[in-house]
Amino acid sequence: MADVALRNVTKRFRSVTAIDGLTLDIADGELTVLVGPTGAGKTTALRIVAGLEKPDQGEVWIDGRNAADLEPAARDVTFVFQQYSLYPHLSVFDNLAFPLRSPARRVAEPEIRKRVEEVASLLRIAHKLANKSTQLSGGEMQRVAIGRALVRKPSVYLMDEPLSSLDAKLRGDLRVELKRIQQDLGATILYVTHDQIEAMTMANRIGVIDKGRLIQVGSPRQIYEDPVTLYVAQRFGQPQINVLPAGLLPNGALPPGAVTVGARTEHLDLRKDGGGEALVEWVEHLGDQNHLHVRLGAHRITTLTPPDTPFKSGDRVAVGLTKPLYFDARGLRVRSA
Amino acid sequence: MSQALTTAHSVVAPSVLSKRIAGAIVILYALVSMIPLAWILMTGFKTPPDSIAYPPKIVFAPSLEGYCNLFTTRTRQTQEYIQSLGPPQTICDEITRKRDMVIAGPSNYVPRFWNSLVIAFGSTFCAVSLGVLSAYAFSRFRIPLADDLLFFILSTRMMPPIAVAIPIYLMYRKLGLSDTALGMILLYTAVNVSLAVWLLKGFIDEIPREYEEAAMIDGYTRLHAFFKVVLPQAATGIAATAIFCLIFAWNEYAFAVLLTSGEAQTAPPFIPTIIGEGGMDWPAVGAGTTLFLVPLLVFTVLLRKHLLRGITFGAVRK
Ligand SMILES: Nc1ncnc2c1ncn2[C@@H]1O[C@H](COP(=O)(O)OP(=O)(O)OP(=O)(O)O)[C@@H](O)[C@H]1O
Ligand SMILES: [Mg+2]
Repeated sequence: MADVALRNVTKRFRSVTAIDGLTLDIADGELTVLVGPTGAGKTTALRIVAGLEKPDQGEVWIDGRNAADLEPAARDVTFVFQQYSLYPHLSVFDNLAFPLRSPARRVAEPEIRKRVEEVASLLRIAHKLANKSTQLSGGEMQRVAIGRALVRKPSVYLMDEPLSSLDAKLRGDLRVELKRIQQDLGATILYVTHDQIEAMTMANRIGVIDKGRLIQVGSPRQIYEDPVTLYVAQRFGQPQINVLPAGLLPNGALPPGAVTVGARTEHLDLRKDGGGEALVEWVEHLGDQNHLHVRLGAHRITTLTPPDTPFKSGDRVAVGLTKPLYFDARGLRVRSA
Repeated sequence: MSQALTTAHSVVAPSVLSKRIAGAIVILYALVSMIPLAWILMTGFKTPPDSIAYPPKIVFAPSLEGYCNLFTTRTRQTQEYIQSLGPPQTICDEITRKRDMVIAGPSNYVPRFWNSLVIAFGSTFCAVSLGVLSAYAFSRFRIPLADDLLFFILSTRMMPPIAVAIPIYLMYRKLGLSDTALGMILLYTAVNVSLAVWLLKGFIDEIPREYEEAAMIDGYTRLHAFFKVVLPQAATGIAATAIFCLIFAWNEYAFAVLLTSGEAQTAPPFIPTIIGEGGMDWPAVGAGTTLFLVPLLVFTVLLRKHLLRGITFGAVRK
């Protein structure tokens, strides 16, 4: 296992700056999740750590060594790609054995068999080892791809949306499994995802990037409770944070420069009130909870209520705020004094 | 395909009528294209008089005379001499003696055929090997002026062989390459490599580079990754390209006629010379042509699994 550090890394593709002065530390045994919109540079960041792209500026350190002159094979990292994970001309077994048979490793065949079977049973694909890799379901393929990373026991795992092509159920299962494996192995993982639940539940730390820049890095809790920009606030939380003009709802004095206010369920205070200025438009029953859609003048507010909610559509309600998040005109967070 | 798609207007399931019409057209076309082949095959088994009979004979007593004549040279002898020989050793002895001749020795067909095999397969191997390496380079690396280079490579294919035949003839004489198998392999490789680069680049472009990158991260060198990952996945394209190269090299006539006359002569310029040996020996020509078709046929059948997908130039690859 090892730690990874990116120091002021910049990478350009002709006119596009894919990574812009990225500095990020991943501690030994830590799972760091990168999130960000499409094209933010997440994949590029992983490729730079793997040595598949050379940064134009900045340094990558792996396990205390400057990796500038290390070939991908010499970095002792593994990469689960966003797509195209398995070799179609090889069986599942041979796909899993492929990294162990490399000229750099030359593991003996009995040892290969042992490790492949170990990993296969860990990922519950042991019965598929003889299959051609094209004869697998999407979920099985993804597990083989993850398995190929696990057989090697590298010092750093790079995973680019490894669960993105799976259905919700399997994704949930594998998410839990991956996290457990990571804790068992004490693995250092840099993990990219679009899925906020994956990010929140798996990460030791989350790094949010946009347009190649690191916007915020912190524990899932910090990111959720204390976002530094409106984008970060909107990225996390279900339902999405409500964005309203600051001052629309009375909440004492506004911090200077505040233009918008972000209100999640926990910042909202709804009371039935015949004279209230807001109207419950409809109640969405999700089973374990309800989404409450409220109209306030020209604005919509969505919030959570328990299943036994007293609200029903047509109700008039009064809306109050408690400690919401304020943002300035550029979407940066402004704090109350 | 799901059930829902198999309706009357479905793209996946054409109607019975259109299937029948399409089938009929294909069969008709196949029959028409087969007539010359069938004629050649038949001629090979006719006797010389049958082969020039008018009206042409569709039904005839098959004979191996054409094949005997193809593989042998014969000399005319007197009846007495033939009588003085022992009983005929082979069926060809027998056929030849009926025409007042005896077998003098083997003909040049086998060595010429062998030349064709060596030159066509040798040049195909070289063209495809070089082609796949350069196609990989064009596909994966940033090469200065790549587009211009690719066009230049293709442009060598644009001029007719005859335009360069004389300079090549003179060069080959100076270099001692004329009438050698090596010279012909080099020449056909040079002609085919442009086609090979273009075809193979298309196939290799379609192989995601993540495959090699994964291998390189897993401890393989780029060269290893090329052999272990890229080549197996390019198999379809390699097979298709090999067949195109082989067809060209196997059938090539203009260069062969000009640059080979003895030692390294290939079958295409040799077959017409059979006619000259002892009158119009059409059955021998038919036999020689029939056998000449066999290697391409075998090669194509062996690779047909790859071909069906390959000839569509990757369009139907998943
Ligand atoms: N090889 C390349 N050549 C040119 N531009 C590239 C290349 N790779 C990435 N880019 C550009 O760099 C930017 C970042 O791309 P990257 O693939 O890292 O995004 P991403 O965050 O992984 O997006 P996604 O969530 O869609 O996977 C994009 O604008 C992309 O177009
Ligand atoms: Mg990506």
